[in-house]
Amino acid sequence: MKKKNQMFSALGKVSGYMKDKIPVVVFALVLAALGAVLTIVGPDKIGQMTDLMRDGLATGIDMQAVSKIGITLAIIYGASALFTFVQHYIMATVTLGTSRRMRGDLSRKINQVPMSYFNRTAQGDVLSRITNDVQTLQQGLANSLPGIISASAQFVGCIIMMFVTEWRMALCVVVVTFLGVMLLMLVMTHSQKYFVARQEHLGTLNGFVEEMYSGHEVLRISCAGRKVNEQFLKFNQAVYDANWKSQFLSGIMQPLMNVIGNIGYVVVCVVGAALAMNGSIAFGVIVSFILYVRLFTAPLTQIAQGMTNLQTASASATRIFEFLETEELSDESDKKDTLEAVKGEVSFDHVHFSYPETPDKVIINDFSTHVKPGQKVAIVGPTGAGKTTMVNLLMRFFEINSGSISIDGVPTSQLKRENIHELFSMVLQDTWLFEGTVRENLVYNMEGISDEDLERVCKACGLSHFVHSLPHGFDTELSDSTTISAGQKQLLTIARAMLQNSPMLILDEATSSVDTRTEAIIQRAMDELTKGRTSFVIAHRLSTIKNADMILVMKDGDVIESGNHQELMDKGGFYCDLYNSQFDQAV
Amino acid sequence: MLKLLKKMRLKEIIMAIICAVLLLGQIYFDLRLPDYMSELTMLIQTPGSEMSHIWNTGLHMLLCAMTSAMLCIFCGFLAARIASGFTYVVREDLFQHVSGLGQQEMLGFSVPSLITRTTNDITQIQMVIAMGLQALIKSPVMAIWAVAKILGKSWELSVITAGFVLAICLSVLVIVSSVIRRARTVQRLTDKINRIARENLTGINVVHAFNAEDYQDEKFEQTNGVMMKVQLKNQRIFAALQPIMALGMNGLSLCIFWVGAALLSALPAAGMMERMTMFSNIVVFSTYATYVVMSFMMLVMIFMLLPAAQVSAERINQVLETKSTIQEGTQKDGREVGTVEFKNVSFRYPEAVQDDLTDVSFKINKGQTLAIIGATGSGKTTLVSLIARFYDATQGEVLVDGVNVKDYTFDGLYNKLGYVTQKAVLFSGTVAENVNFGENSKEPTPEDTDRAIALAQAAEFVNKLEFGKEQHIAQGGRNVSGGQKQRLSIARALARNAEILVFDDSFSALDYRTDAALRAGLTEQLPDITKVIVAQRISTIRHADKILVLDEGRVVGDGTHEELMKNCSVYREIAMSQLSEAELA
Repeated sequence: MKKKNQMFSALGKVSGYMKDKIPVVVFALVLAALGAVLTIVGPDKIGQMTDLMRDGLATGIDMQAVSKIGITLAIIYGASALFTFVQHYIMATVTLGTSRRMRGDLSRKINQVPMSYFNRTAQGDVLSRITNDVQTLQQGLANSLPGIISASAQFVGCIIMMFVTEWRMALCVVVVTFLGVMLLMLVMTHSQKYFVARQEHLGTLNGFVEEMYSGHEVLRISCAGRKVNEQFLKFNQAVYDANWKSQFLSGIMQPLMNVIGNIGYVVVCVVGAALAMNGSIAFGVIVSFILYVRLFTAPLTQIAQGMTNLQTASASATRIFEFLETEELSDESDKKDTLEAVKGEVSFDHVHFSYPETPDKVIINDFSTHVKPGQKVAIVGPTGAGKTTMVNLLMRFFEINSGSISIDGVPTSQLKRENIHELFSMVLQDTWLFEGTVRENLVYNMEGISDEDLERVCKACGLSHFVHSLPHGFDTELSDSTTISAGQKQLLTIARAMLQNSPMLILDEATSSVDTRTEAIIQRAMDELTKGRTSFVIAHRLSTIKNADMILVMKDGDVIESGNHQELMDKGGFYCDLYNSQFDQAV
Repeated sequence: MLKLLKKMRLKEIIMAIICAVLLLGQIYFDLRLPDYMSELTMLIQTPGSEMSHIWNTGLHMLLCAMTSAMLCIFCGFLAARIASGFTYVVREDLFQHVSGLGQQEMLGFSVPSLITRTTNDITQIQMVIAMGLQALIKSPVMAIWAVAKILGKSWELSVITAGFVLAICLSVLVIVSSVIRRARTVQRLTDKINRIARENLTGINVVHAFNAEDYQDEKFEQTNGVMMKVQLKNQRIFAALQPIMALGMNGLSLCIFWVGAALLSALPAAGMMERMTMFSNIVVFSTYATYVVMSFMMLVMIFMLLPAAQVSAERINQVLETKSTIQEGTQKDGREVGTVEFKNVSFRYPEAVQDDLTDVSFKINKGQTLAIIGATGSGKTTLVSLIARFYDATQGEVLVDGVNVKDYTFDGLYNKLGYVTQKAVLFSGTVAENVNFGENSKEPTPEDTDRAIALAQAAEFVNKLEFGKEQHIAQGGRNVSGGQKQRLSIARALARNAEILVFDDSFSALDYRTDAALRAGLTEQLPDITKVIVAQRISTIRHADKILVLDEGRVVGDGTHEELMKNCSVYREIAMSQLSEAELA
């Protein structure tokens, strides 16, 4: 029952989503029902025709009457086909339009939910909502819904027509069919668990294959081939077992339905014959019943199938709306303050932060500092100390719990997020490139970037040689199969940030995959770039940040030391320790 | 497809033959039903027939239907076993084959593509076999049989049936073929939509930082719009399929009765017997004609489905036919112990224009440490990957323990090596399973595992885990940090008890202190083990016995730290960028 409710609430949401399309959909559904009902008249008319023929066997056939029935039937069949076509056409148009809108909304939503959403939700999960779930829902709506409606109409109509024509035969057919359907239900409920098992085993196998293919090198050097194969065989066997069972059960559904139809056929023939012998029915009744049996059993499978499909579709709808209804970033259209020509004074005032889902785990604990315009600030400390978090808070990727962060004296909470983002060029630990040309990757969404700008920046980053050795220079396509090293990827993202040319700069482990000599080149370019600009640098390699104006040493969410390199070395604390560990063996 | 079908085991072939025989039986019983029907018609029309005759015939009909059902279920059982069994074999073959491929072939296909080939493509084929096998045997036989039954009865009605069959099949063919072509485009567009959304997700920080939300949305909408247009065209055409089929079937039975009535009335009224036969023929005809149309429609559908399976089959064959460029040798043991030697080695990636390594030569002996340093892209990783035969040298020889690596059996070579890759890879399983991954010259004891973990500086965090060594590691090691992952993958290499250890830039993810402790441990506890270390930090390698300095694939410096400081400008530059003058002294 709960499942049903869920299904209806999900479908309710879908109808709310496509509100303006509902009249059209209802129209289509009415057409579907009409198309189905019309065909029911068929067997009755054919029966009449047969009777005319039989009656005329001895005397002569009333061809005029036959033609009349024939023409009526032709019109009815034609109309039915037309209705069905129009209904399919409308449903396809409406549902495809809706799924396009849905995909667009889902994709937009990605950029509107708070960053913390992706801490809880796997990336693949969101992607599968955009593609798989939307597709399942579309197919469910376009096929299952009209299918169920028309099948139901056909089913009910058939029962009525059968009882009107001959109630005794009708009763026999109905009893036989219902017995058969009970049997089918039994098979269906039984097969459900094999389907689940198959999906699960396939999932495990996929996971295993993915893991082993990705770790191919390690597999090789560990001589793990045999062991891994043994494991694979186990998974493969499990898939095989679940596979044939589920396939067998689903494969016999259709034939079983046929058998029920056939038994119905036999019953109609025998009972009909007996009645005809008595003279209580005309022969035409048997002929119409033979056709009814088919018209009657077919919708049952359709309804059963349609309901299952609709259930899957509603599960998809639930997942889609779950994401669409996720709380968004706060609306900022009412914020008037904008900063344009900033000096670059940044201050943190008693900042506290913990992730919304784990409020007990304090990430940043009472962080305060003041950065003067043009200063180079370095943040160092062990992994998990909260270095990257600081930067994320500064960019307002996450909102602080209490305290304040201000730029040029204006609290960032009073600024629009876009405004803050404009103020910083940012290079992140994870290099991000997308499929497209080198140029597209560098220019990204920026406007007014000339080729000279590109050349200049690439030279500064030591990328010139690399770019010009590519087959098409800046217009070379980058894709998964293009072999560029981790270092080159990082250089490209640095170049992109350089092009942005914002008043302040954030470098989060920006040069970790680059060798130290190249790093030095970039460093020089960066120093040139950051001259007079406030910059925040997070680095593992302490050599990179020795010349910083201020070094903040973080541990467990707190700043435990601050000062420049010399001051901190003189102090002989945590930083000094960290720095000296580079040369432990040398001393 | 046929090539792939050869992989079928004898068991499945026998089952397929049995299945085919049973199907013939099933068709026979199915088609007996209308025969009995016409018998009944005759009985009813003949005055003075006995009720017992009717019941008798009815009983026969029921028996036929039941037998057909039993056969059908058994066929379904066999078909499911055949399809699943066949894909079982293909999947195993494919997996084993891929496991044996070299790095080069792996990159050529790309890992995601190989994964889809092992999973999706095989499932695709399975579906076609399961559905198609029965229909492929059943429909032609059914069609021929049904045609045979009605052939002699009335040429006029036969012509009508043939006309309908032709018309319906043609329209189905046209509709489905035009849809299938576009369905491939839809598949490609789906991939593209997936890719764009994935890019947005992985780069969400960058997207926000660049205020590029609109840029991404627009990019998405473009493909989204195209996708809808293609789909719309497809589904609108497809909308005609069902009505056409229904119209065809209904129209056929109408025509048969209508024309039948005309034929009947044309017969002379005197020949009562002839008229009777004609009449029952018409009734039977209408049933068989439906069979004919249905079987032909089924055939057309299968022929439309086949191409999709064909594509999958080709993709699988492509992998199966790719031979690994790395072939196993026969040598099990080396001539020396713990030595690595390069003799004028050059290497070029296939289809590259430039050498990645040029004329590299060196030799290190048992217990020595070789360090390799150089700029990004200078060929450090390529050099060490030649030792482990991820690739084979284009020119020159790579010798381990005095024997060319190409002459070793895989086990022989890899039992000598402990290799830590640049990117740490962990598998789902416990910590201990990860450390003891694979097979070794001797079975590792729990003490060995502990020692490897301790030496890799991983003991501290492993002991803090709730279940210690038995803690479960998630797929890809997602539940441990980058540094921890790297330490466990180092432990895995150490647990191999190898003669030679290779670290491909494995220390960069570690902080200085851990790095130092690890190196000290290696020197103290494994003095007899030869070590090859690729590094970026001077501090990591300054005490190595031999340092190779690489620049654009060439060795530009070769010696100890002190020697290189004196006579190698590239090395000096690297050193200067990291340490101050005073610290270097």
